[in-house]
Amino acid sequence: MAQPIIPVRAPSSSGEPSEPPRMPPTPRWVDALMLCVVAAVAYGIMRAAAEWRAPLSPNVRVSLSARLLPYYAGLSTLRMTIAYVLSLAFSVTYARIAAGSRAAERLMLPLLDILQSVPILSFMPGVVLGLAALFPGRTLGLEIAAIILIFTSQAWNLAFSFHQSLLTIPRELNEAAAVYRLGFWRRFTRLELPFGAISLIANSMMSWAGGWFFLMASEQFTLGSNNFRLPGLGSYLASAADAGDTHALVLGVATLVFVIVMLDQLFWRPLVAWSDRFKSEQSGGEAPQSRLLDALRGSAMLESLSARVARPLARTLDRKLGSAGSFEPRPRAHRNELRARVVRWGSMALLVALAIWGTVATVGALAGMTGGDWRLVGMSAAATFLRTTIALVLAAAWTIPVGVAIGMNPRWARHAQPLVQITASVPATAVFPVLLLALLALPGGLNIAAVALMLLGTQWYLLFNVIAGATAIPYDLRLVAASYRITGWRRWKTLILPAIFPYLVTGMITATGGSWNASIVSEYVTFAGRKQSTIGLGALIAQAAERSDFRLLLAGTLVMAGIVSATNRLGWRRLYALAETRYRLD
Amino acid sequence: MSDVNTIIAAPGATTTALLAAHDVMKFFGDDRRPVLEHVSLELNEGEFVALLGPSGSGKSTLLRILAGLMEPSGGEVLVHGSPLEGPNPNVAIVFQSFALFPWLDVLQNVELGLLAMDVSDDERQRRASKAIDLIGLDGFEEAFPKELSGGMKQRVGFARALVVQPEVLFMDEPFSALDVLTAENLRAELQDLWLNKTMPTKAVVMVTHNIDEAVSLADRILVFGANPGHIRVELKGLPSAERSEKSAARSRLVELIYRVMTNPEEDALAIVEQSLQGRTRPLAARGAGRAAATRARRYQVLPDVSIDDLTGLVQYIGGIGGHAEVQDLSRDLQMRADDLLAIVEATDLLGFGALQERQVVLTPIGTRFADSELDEEKAIFRAQALDHIALLHHIVRDLETTPTHTLDAERVIDELEHSFSGEEARRQFETAVDWGRYAELFTYDDSSGELTLDEEHRMRRS
Repeated sequence: MAQPIIPVRAPSSSGEPSEPPRMPPTPRWVDALMLCVVAAVAYGIMRAAAEWRAPLSPNVRVSLSARLLPYYAGLSTLRMTIAYVLSLAFSVTYARIAAGSRAAERLMLPLLDILQSVPILSFMPGVVLGLAALFPGRTLGLEIAAIILIFTSQAWNLAFSFHQSLLTIPRELNEAAAVYRLGFWRRFTRLELPFGAISLIANSMMSWAGGWFFLMASEQFTLGSNNFRLPGLGSYLASAADAGDTHALVLGVATLVFVIVMLDQLFWRPLVAWSDRFKSEQSGGEAPQSRLLDALRGSAMLESLSARVARPLARTLDRKLGSAGSFEPRPRAHRNELRARVVRWGSMALLVALAIWGTVATVGALAGMTGGDWRLVGMSAAATFLRTTIALVLAAAWTIPVGVAIGMNPRWARHAQPLVQITASVPATAVFPVLLLALLALPGGLNIAAVALMLLGTQWYLLFNVIAGATAIPYDLRLVAASYRITGWRRWKTLILPAIFPYLVTGMITATGGSWNASIVSEYVTFAGRKQSTIGLGALIAQAAERSDFRLLLAGTLVMAGIVSATNRLGWRRLYALAETRYRLD
Repeated sequence: MSDVNTIIAAPGATTTALLAAHDVMKFFGDDRRPVLEHVSLELNEGEFVALLGPSGSGKSTLLRILAGLMEPSGGEVLVHGSPLEGPNPNVAIVFQSFALFPWLDVLQNVELGLLAMDVSDDERQRRASKAIDLIGLDGFEEAFPKELSGGMKQRVGFARALVVQPEVLFMDEPFSALDVLTAENLRAELQDLWLNKTMPTKAVVMVTHNIDEAVSLADRILVFGANPGHIRVELKGLPSAERSEKSAARSRLVELIYRVMTNPEEDALAIVEQSLQGRTRPLAARGAGRAAATRARRYQVLPDVSIDDLTGLVQYIGGIGGHAEVQDLSRDLQMRADDLLAIVEATDLLGFGALQERQVVLTPIGTRFADSELDEEKAIFRAQALDHIALLHHIVRDLETTPTHTLDAERVIDELEHSFSGEEARRQFETAVDWGRYAELFTYDDSSGELTLDEEHRMRRS
């Protein structure tokens, strides 16, 4: 298993591990298990590579046999992993560059904001067609396309989180790094990466959830008359839904849940427990525990691997890159400054040219839109806006009371938390088909069903945040409320709602973005061979992508990105600022 | 009496300065707001220099410019005579917030300073252990910062700085995040290390806003003024024999510096001369010299003192007979001299007490205030505040004359900005609001930024 974040630790006393060895003496099974994992991953990659070299055929059949499920699950996980590693590398680099220069930041942050609000399917036709052209006749192009699509659902929040971390590094820590001339590499590995680690890991878990959500969309897509499919869990689920095979559908969802739970137990939990060392302050709560991590820490194999390979490698890297980029005193070099200026202005000019070209091209493409087209886009946007609003209100209506009940009752919280986590981890898209069976029969059809699907996709963000907020209500305040007999609605008004307000806003921000993004998979669905659609911006984008109608796709995407950014800027961020100043509990 | 030259440090014109700043300027932000203007100083071998001043006087900025962490907007910094570019390789800094890396243990944190130097792993560890030893951290090598108390954390900060054997040690408010006892202890240890030459450092520069700290440690004290930051006066430190708490010379110097710092508008040199001639005046003088300053300013500088501290001190002094030595108060109330003197200045402004020869003496009104019940106490405070505090007087007058009896906070602050810098104007406003609310003169809604005349006060008036 690839550990995404390995901060180089200063080698301590003559290569000895800096922590005292944990108590349980090396369980042999850990080493055996690790060998198995390595073997399985190696085999999986070989099989996958064979799959990628296979010739491209436009209508791949995905077998609904249960025996192939582990294989499909492996392929999907591999795709997700590759996409995730790319996302992580991209985000860290992007954020580092943005934080490094004021000018770059001014350009790169708004760009990220826009990219974030562009729905994944809008990238699809361009990416797929381009890559299919690059690798004619081979599946590799499609694989890369799928990975890029997953990437677009994983990368942005990581980049935002790391950028935020870089900005919040205490000034004096940065100054200490400069005074002791840590150089670029050492500063990055000893200060920036460790400082951002906790939020990076938390966001990685969110990114994976996002990736699973669009699993089906990324493994099978229709472009014009071509129906592209890649073998994987997503396409399995899609095929099962297509065939109306409930048995296969349930099996597929069960496999997906299993994979998600296993990843959580075997990867994220140990990682979270391990990352506890990066907390700057001693927090009151318990440190996260992971038995697997304790076992790994006792593993002789891992230890010798780390002593023979990882640490020497880290040390060499440190020596090689250590002094690079550190600011050594040197005489003024006018020519360098001149060159830097030329480079700076050159790249600026290039960017401006690119922006102008892009705008002109966009305007040119949109010029062909008829008044009817625009009316359609407008109506669709209004319909989706209405749906997302209803979904949000419904989500708030049930998550606030339930979340508060769970959060304020530690015993409930203990039992409910894991259950809620597992339920939430099931990507809503995977259960859409099952739900559709029931919902399409209702009056209103997909029009109503789409709201339910959005709700399903986004309510969890709210629930988690409300629980977190309710848990954080200081016990003293609750006692005060109780002793003055403030109960019922008054208690909600004076204590609970103000206390959870910042958390609620955070949840709402994520949920709004999520439900707009979910609209493209919920307003236009294929089920049992029938295409179902209702009016909405999501349906418009999905259909335009399918027909490769770039003009409409562009218009729809721009409008959606515009609406999402505008609601964020005008609505949520202001509320968030209010929450930060007025409703802070400290 | 004595000559001014015994107190004022003469700017030394040496060519061998370890570090020098020539006419350094610094502007911040798009509006090029000046934070430092025409600052020059030289640092010579064997010197311990304190940069002392109120917040906003640019002393930390100057330290960062000298360390090469910031570029000056004008002027230059010379290291051994040659211009500095990039981080100054000859300095190490001890930070107010310790600036330890939370994920590295004590040993690794100390080794951090050596990473960029070309030393072998063994040598690095040997040196780090030695520094840890020197600073009294033995046995804590494997501890992480979050397991340590504040004092221990700052010891790690010192060890990390000393391990690189810097030519010059910089300290940015090194003790102000620590509690009194810990700070005192660490300060004494540092002083021993410095005086016994146990550390190889050739000079120390310390930024502080604590007068006691500066007087205890420094050979030379540079008093900074704000808006924009500049050096007001350079004072000679005391010989080490006279630095003890009990020495009269020390009390005189502390009081003199306080006088300089609490009269930011006046010529520092004149204050020093007056003090030498034994002409001590009440602190917040309302005499002729003061009038000239107030005319330009319109408002007195309200010290940043809370109502609780103010009433608490007056009642305390009232309880022990109406007068007390500043030194005794500082000891009994466990307060730093400058914090205490700020409260004393507030009582003086309100006419509750005055500083006479290092003694705080309550006025008759002050005594009455100390003996009153809450309602009467507030009534006295109200009367005194309206009489003596120009800002409160103006706010209330404006509130009374507007038909809605409300006033926009921003308007008041804008007006204050004619006399104070932006940050200071806001602080003045906040202090005035604190006092005015207590006096029940007006109410203030922070979210709408609106001052409203107090109902009862309006009825009292009409």
